[in-house]
Amino acid sequence: MNLRRLPLALALAVLATAAFTGCTSTKLVRVQPWQRATLADYTMRPDRDPLATTMSEHIYFSREAASGGRGVGGSGCGCN
Amino acid sequence: MSLRSTLALALLGWVAAALPARAELAVGDTFPTLDAFHLDGVAPETTGRVTLVDFWASWCSPCKDSFPAYAQLHRELAPKGLLIVGVSVDDNAARYAAFVKSLAPPFTVVRDERHDLVERVRVEAMPTCFLLDRSGRVRYVHHGFHGAESARAFQQEIETLLAEPAPHP
Repeated sequence: MNLRRLPLALALAVLATAAFTGCTSTKLVRVQPWQRATLADYTMRPDRDPLATTMSEHIYFSREAASGGRGVGGSGCGCN
Repeated sequence: MSLRSTLALALLGWVAAALPARAELAVGDTFPTLDAFHLDGVAPETTGRVTLVDFWASWCSPCKDSFPAYAQLHRELAPKGLLIVGVSVDDNAARYAAFVKSLAPPFTVVRDERHDLVERVRVEAMPTCFLLDRSGRVRYVHHGFHGAESARAFQQEIETLLAEPAPHP
């Protein structure tokens, strides 16, 4: 082991750890269940505008011969 | 230090960082005293009582569904010693007040406005219900509300807890 390069290696290790921590820490990336009021708001629903929904359905039907199967219940609160 | 050692150190740090954060209060844990937290509303004294603590929010549909079931439990089992406390995690005081006004629960509701209590308890879903025995220990935990099935389970578990003798002082 080359001891002269030890500080540099340690600094690299710390940097790498800090970088990876941002990717893995559940505390940083997860919206907690009690913080989901905004996600549960009506404005977060993808189908809140009936006209836009109808137009999208028409496009899927006329261009892709697909119909239905797009709906999901509720918004983003993740309840139940 | 070789590149391999550096990578090993970084991997070790990464694994340490990936360890789960503090988990939800589990069966067997002692539920924290409600008085110790800043709650909007008067927290009742839970010492020596079988208590159902429900974490809810006005924006959570299953929470709304659960209130009539809790009201029924309160009517049937409060005379036998059951205490129900609904803890709201609403940020918006007006929405909390409107929800309480519209459903008029007969049991105690308080608002954890600073999220102190819910962050201590760390619920995994909304709603989450903790059933505590007379010594203040968590005996049952329910995530979500599933209609009559949940109501039946609550009733059975609460009656089991009420039948247990009070702990010695």
